Amino acid sequence: MSRHQISVSIDRLRGKRADAGPTRRMPGDDRSCPKCESHFRADEMERNCYVCAVCGYHFPMTARQRLDHLSGGAGWEEIGGELRAADPLRFIDLQPYTERVQAAEAKGATEAIIAASLEIEGRPCVVAAMDFAFLGGSMGSVVGERFARAAEVAVAQNVPLISITSSGGARMQEGVLALMQMAKSIVALDELAQAGLPFLMVLAHPTTGGVWASFASLGDVTYAEPGALIAFSGPRVIEQTTREKLPADFGLAERQYDHGHVDAVVDRRDLPRRLAHLMMILEQPPRDEAQSLASQLAQNGTERAARMAQALPSLTRRFRGQSESSSAGEVSGS
Amino acid sequence: MSVSTHPSGRGGRFVRRIAGKIAGAEVVSGDIWDAIQLARHQDRPYPLDYIARLMPDFEEIHGDRAAGDDPAIVAGIGRYHGAPLAIIGQQKGRDAQDRAYRNFGMPSPEGYRKGMRLMELCDRLQIPLVTLIDTPGAFPGAQAEEHGQGGAIARSMMMMLRLSVPTVAVVIGEGSSGGALALGVADRVVMLENATYSVISPEGASAILWRDAAKAKLAAAAFKPIAANCYRWGIADAVVPEPEGGAHTSHDEAARFLDGYLLRTIRELQAIPRVDRNRQRHERFRRLGAQREA
Repeated sequence: MSRHQISVSIDRLRGKRADAGPTRRMPGDDRSCPKCESHFRADEMERNCYVCAVCGYHFPMTARQRLDHLSGGAGWEEIGGELRAADPLRFIDLQPYTERVQAAEAKGATEAIIAASLEIEGRPCVVAAMDFAFLGGSMGSVVGERFARAAEVAVAQNVPLISITSSGGARMQEGVLALMQMAKSIVALDELAQAGLPFLMVLAHPTTGGVWASFASLGDVTYAEPGALIAFSGPRVIEQTTREKLPADFGLAERQYDHGHVDAVVDRRDLPRRLAHLMMILEQPPRDEAQSLASQLAQNGTERAARMAQALPSLTRRFRGQSESSSAGEVSGS
Repeated sequence: MSVSTHPSGRGGRFVRRIAGKIAGAEVVSGDIWDAIQLARHQDRPYPLDYIARLMPDFEEIHGDRAAGDDPAIVAGIGRYHGAPLAIIGQQKGRDAQDRAYRNFGMPSPEGYRKGMRLMELCDRLQIPLVTLIDTPGAFPGAQAEEHGQGGAIARSMMMMLRLSVPTVAVVIGEGSSGGALALGVADRVVMLENATYSVISPEGASAILWRDAAKAKLAAAAFKPIAANCYRWGIADAVVPEPEGGAHTSHDEAARFLDGYLLRTIRELQAIPRVDRNRQRHERFRRLGAQREA
């Protein structure tokens, strides 16, 4: 009895009618918190990085908002922005795939990922940010290709690659070609690894299926946003398949942290600082003489440099590593 | 055109049949559902059936050295035409009891980690690797999730990509989802004549895209996941013939066809310098996709 009275009094404090339903969010209302029902103006939302100022709920963000946020509004240069989805299977489920893509494009985004080079608190990097609002953030050929190009630009600019994921998984409407984007993202990360550059991951809600089972699982350091669902199979699929009863927090960032799949759960408002801090830690000191010689060797391969390389075992190792990854296969005097 | 032939010259009519399938128009609807039934036929040979015929001297390894052993994945080393060869494959069960034991060929992270144990061995001892893919997908279970299903699949792909030895992935039945691709990042990816390769099983797609579990046939027709189509899309490098009527009609003959392809292909790959082979493997998967420019 007393519990009931307390609940009524809380509702009165909030100025709500006690008999109203549990949720009064209107459809399409993206500025009311689904957890605590606080409502915000558009400028408040943006200023607080689309995090509920009352309860800390992390609202969905578009890829553009992500890049604006990380760059601190200083701008970013898009990579592969000209790429658009094709329809290799002429796929139709309840609606033709081309219509789904057109409807998604009409809302302003060009695909489920935007890759760009930018600076986070003065540190140059390449960021590939996903957008759940575009066909559930699904990974089709364009997502795979933009991600791969992002890694290649990171290698060319010698900067870290950062990805923020928000995806239901592979884009089924592109069939097995979508599946292959998982492998393509792995190839891209291997190029990055061979160049000795870090890959930093931020798992946003939700990161599931083929995205979690490919590049999103391979961060050198992996952050997750609070409350993000991170899973290969979502809780609904697991419950349907195995009849298991799952705990309410199944697959959520905090639980994934407990199970050792995430390095830290990071509030979105701290992300620029934390990522810049990581990049600061990982930045190599200025190259010493031997290292600059090695790069000279890789660039023009002069005989003199090759002779000196033989005199330095550590340099020789480095030289071999570079010549193996180049298509020439061997370096000769010019 | 890359259609496998048996080295002894046998199988000419099978090759002609496949050449016809590949040259023809994209196969649609009814034929596809038939192919899916063949790919899942309960008498179809599974990895252990091929292993028994290809490598009488075979030693299976068990366990991931961390948490357990996954019977949905078999892995081991054997003697193949006078040299060592490693095999990893998804194993379905044949009767009800065996199917439950093998978890219907749906691997857990422990299975992929067992596979990675073997890959590491291949790399160190310079043993070529063959994977035999046949799974409806990785197991969707709470424990599999908590033991890192996503990360295990991703790491398995990365490890295959980096291997310094020749690798061949053969889709012998149904290859569905990341659970299949985890063993599919190889120098050559081939499919048996009646195998399928898809982003998701038709049943899974039916439930998600059509919101109706009974639309699997529609989903299959939309995915068109059969070998001839995958060859056309560049997913499969070759199609290996099956005995007339399907691999289940004669395990011996199916194994002979596979043997012919594998022997030739492994030798072919061994002749390529390691650095070039690895670069080609990277390029093969870097290329795949279909997009347009605005």
